Amino acid sequence: MQSERVVGQPVFRKEGLAKVLGAARYIDDLSMPGMIYGATVRSAIPRGRVLGIEFSPGIPWDEFTIVTAKDIPGKNYIAMINNDWPCLVDGVVNHPQEPILLLAHPDRHLLPQAVAAVHVRYEEMSSVHSIEESERGRTIIWGEDNVLKSYLLEKGDVDAAFAQPDIIIVVGEYTTGAQEHLYIENNGAIAMYDEHAGVTLWGSLQCPFYAHKSLMAVTGLPEDKVRVIQVETGGAFGGKEDYPSMIGAHAALLAMKSGRPVKIVYDRAEDMAATTKRHPSRTRHRTAVTKDGKLLAADIELCLDGGAYSTLSSTVLSRATIHSGGAYFWPNIRVRSKAYATNTPPHGAFRGFGAPQALFATERHMDRVAKAVGLTPEEFRRRNLLLTGETTSTGQVIRQQIDLQGWMERALDCANYREKKARFDRENPDGVRKKGIGFAVFLHGSGFTGSGERYLNSLVGVDATAEGRIRVLVSSTEFGQGTNTILCQIAAETLGVDYDVVEMAPPDTGIVPNSGPTVASRTAMVVGRLVQSAALGLKQTLIASGLLGERYLTEEFQAAAKAHIGKHGGLCSMSRYQAPPDVYWDDQTYRGEAYAAYAWAVYVAEVTVEVTTYSVAVDDFVALQEVGRVLNPVLATGQVEGGVAQGIGYALYEKVSWDRGLMKNNQMTNYIIPTSQDLPKIRVYFEEVPFEHGAYGAKGIGELPMDGPAPAILNAIAHATGEDFNAIPLLPEDIAERLAAGAPAAQEMATV
Amino acid sequence: MRSCSAECELLTPGSLEAVLCLLHDEPGLWTPIAGGTEIMVLYGAGKLTERKFVSIAVPELREITEDGGWISVGGGCSFTQIRRHVGIQKHFPMLAQCASWLGGIANQNRGTIGGNLANASPAADSPPALFAYGAELELISARGKRRIPYEEFHLGYKKTALALDELIGTVLLPKRFDDSLRYVRKVGTRNAQAISKICMAATATVKHGHVEEIRIGMGSVAPTPLRLAATERALMGTELTDAAILNVVIWEARRALASETAPIDDIRSTAAYRTLVAGNLLEEMLRTFAGAAR
Ligand SMILES: Cc1cc2nc3c(=O)[nH]c(=O)nc-3n(C[C@H](O)[C@H](O)[C@H](O)COP(=O)(O)OP(=O)(O)OC[C@H]3O[C@@H](n4cnc5c(N)ncnc54)[C@H](O)[C@@H]3O)c2cc1C
Repeated sequence: MQSERVVGQPVFRKEGLAKVLGAARYIDDLSMPGMIYGATVRSAIPRGRVLGIEFSPGIPWDEFTIVTAKDIPGKNYIAMINNDWPCLVDGVVNHPQEPILLLAHPDRHLLPQAVAAVHVRYEEMSSVHSIEESERGRTIIWGEDNVLKSYLLEKGDVDAAFAQPDIIIVVGEYTTGAQEHLYIENNGAIAMYDEHAGVTLWGSLQCPFYAHKSLMAVTGLPEDKVRVIQVETGGAFGGKEDYPSMIGAHAALLAMKSGRPVKIVYDRAEDMAATTKRHPSRTRHRTAVTKDGKLLAADIELCLDGGAYSTLSSTVLSRATIHSGGAYFWPNIRVRSKAYATNTPPHGAFRGFGAPQALFATERHMDRVAKAVGLTPEEFRRRNLLLTGETTSTGQVIRQQIDLQGWMERALDCANYREKKARFDRENPDGVRKKGIGFAVFLHGSGFTGSGERYLNSLVGVDATAEGRIRVLVSSTEFGQGTNTILCQIAAETLGVDYDVVEMAPPDTGIVPNSGPTVASRTAMVVGRLVQSAALGLKQTLIASGLLGERYLTEEFQAAAKAHIGKHGGLCSMSRYQAPPDVYWDDQTYRGEAYAAYAWAVYVAEVTVEVTTYSVAVDDFVALQEVGRVLNPVLATGQVEGGVAQGIGYALYEKVSWDRGLMKNNQMTNYIIPTSQDLPKIRVYFEEVPFEHGAYGAKGIGELPMDGPAPAILNAIAHATGEDFNAIPLLPEDIAERLAAGAPAAQEMATV
Repeated sequence: MRSCSAECELLTPGSLEAVLCLLHDEPGLWTPIAGGTEIMVLYGAGKLTERKFVSIAVPELREITEDGGWISVGGGCSFTQIRRHVGIQKHFPMLAQCASWLGGIANQNRGTIGGNLANASPAADSPPALFAYGAELELISARGKRRIPYEEFHLGYKKTALALDELIGTVLLPKRFDDSLRYVRKVGTRNAQAISKICMAATATVKHGHVEEIRIGMGSVAPTPLRLAATERALMGTELTDAAILNVVIWEARRALASETAPIDDIRSTAAYRTLVAGNLLEEMLRTFAGAAR
């Protein structure tokens, strides 16, 4: 392993220099000849019928291109799992900010006024705005019962376990809020149409082939008449998985009608109000545990708020369901999960994809179970953490050599946990600054769930150009996380050439094969592995052709590639996904290998709760994870630091203020994310147990760090204050409400 | 940008005199723009109703001078200037501190004290320190100058004593608080780049354990930045050095505070939280003063 030259090295980002120099060009930096600008008229009510649309005088309407649902040549939906998400409202509005009508004009400054001058008349209908309201079912807004999707996962005999004598039962309810991605670059797209070439879309996006599929549906054009090109993308976090298909379809519709290239770029207020967020959740745990602290059974009921359309909710719910058991061995477990419809813009993919919600509940609950049986959180976990050879909630046998107990000990040592815990217990009673330390042990499944990777059937290529440069051909995109760099590292390593001569082919559906979406922590493990085998194929071709010896320098490799191209006209090697052997998954019963591999982690948070202002500061953070193989230590560390920061935001700062399905605080002044001044030093540690089917042993890493901070922090706050807080975001206002009940209030002082 | 620059007009007369003449000749027609850090936010959001602007970024308003018993801060001074000024750091450290809390570096480079006061947000960060230091304002117009105590500047929510043709010319600070006890604290939505949920500053003189003079300013607890006159009255003459008495003093002070403040629920916090924390800060201040006086 240590003999690797490129993999595992902190090589520079492929696109790093251009970004640092300001030369990287994002969607709003691009312009096309004759390009005009598009804008969106959105619904002002959560639910109702559109009675009419009026255009106020004072605007030169004849200069505008106007598109409504009637202008859609193909299907009026964004092609996803259920195809229930309209591209444009056609009669019925189901959430605030739903796109109703599109406008385009050469002068972008005229657009805000024009949007404001379109008046939509509605007949309002009653609407639903929480999981509870949706569950009650007094107003049905989706299907027959408001349930977008439900799952039942069952292992063992849960009811029998709860009926056993001499057990302790612990119950709890945990809730999490919505979260905004707040990528630096807002959503944006440019579309161009001509009769011969069809539609070309340039977009800030994660998944070119998702947009491709939706554009085909909306435009009614065949596969080869739709082309999607990802441009430099300023962050995504899952927020550019589905929505680019929407804004892209809008730009395409305007381009088709106007005959001109059309750019739509949202400003921050529109992006925050109209696009997806993380699903809010409510999870109820009922746990049976023996008096000596062995977990017997879990009965878990998990609900997500999916928003107005089903979009990705079924898959988010699936991941939440599977992660609900956490990193523990459960002889018996039942998870009943449901995603409910509400009249809110659809919630979507966000780093973690259901796992942060599930694991917040589980890891908060485990601290409470530990307390109920009189054990420390660490000793209780030690007795129940999964061991190699045991089975997960879905019955998947852990074949990998894991050492969760050892990793937990290492993380606790790094954090100086035991010494600090004792000291805080001693010192807290006197101070107005209460200190606490807490942790979470968790896992994150790498790649698509269950049979997902098999359906994706990803294809990857590595080729050489006439100039002797090596290219990686994938639809996996770069949006800050390091795709370009690690895939080039893998190719360079396998080919035995310098990293510098390997580059990424343009992320253009007209050029690259479909290697699947850039989501689900799958790029390093699944796509990376395919790059590795495609590269190996390329190398073997050259060796077999006699143009290359067994040992060579980079220049010799390039010369051989050129010679091969001269002789045969090209040099390309493709590799298609093959499921690892012994992988079995049953979509009906939710049994089997949920993921090819899991990454594991132990996160420890140290906090101060200041009881004058009820504010929480995270003072120290230890993040230890086992990720198979670290392909690039700088990028991997960056992923963890960023994920932890985002997790701290999720736990303590980021609150979407809803007003009947509308985000009220859709500006950065009032939607609070932590700044560098609010973050502790994040100390990152890695364990590496190579996964045989991942690229050079790599498993997923991108989402994992989002899962652990919230429960670790809330566990630390429980330690500091002696109070159980079971809902995030946990703001000073919430802590004040609880703690003030016990504080020396003015009334009591009156008796002095 | 949800506003259209073609619809706006901006004049840059270049001298104070020319600015004042313009404001005087067409009162109410021209909106002064200094750093623009309030105005441009509204502009970007398409919420700016004004269309005609006059830049008041003129050298005459950008000076900080020290003479005799006063430091005079020009209404056009940036918070970076204020934060870095040696005299302010020495005599009015809480003002320098508040300046350092205001927004981020870019914001401090552009945002001015005149803009902060004239904008009259109850959540602004410089007012509490100005109350605590007994600041006065010199308001200027083509008609002349007038000097008012800062307490008389805020008349109601976003209403000030400024006439249509007037500017905040100078903020005057008396150098008589060097030996005072002081307390300052900002409770924001986070540690930097945060609008205050509560901001507080106070100075006090405690002799033989008794409060002889006290001035407290607080933000975000009323429609305007507030000097806590009732709380100050309740505290005048009270004893801080006896622990049992101190508890009663704190209780009385909290009650007085509640009588003169009326925090609200808004997008940044709740009335309940603000009420509680305002009281807690007051208590923290009194315990700090008591500790220092002992
Ligand atoms: C990102 C960001 C963060 C911020 N953070 C904070 C913060 O933490 N704390 C805080 O208090 N504020 C904050 N602000 C608000 C703002 O920066 C301050 O209020 C600043 O002091 C305004 O000054 P300005 O010169 O930029 O005002 P401008 O925008 O130029 O003007 C504001 C108003 O004051 C009037 N005006 C300006 N100067 C004068 C004068 N001399 N006489 C009469 N009228 C005048 C203008 O006509 C206008 O109505 C923040 C703003 C932004 C954009």
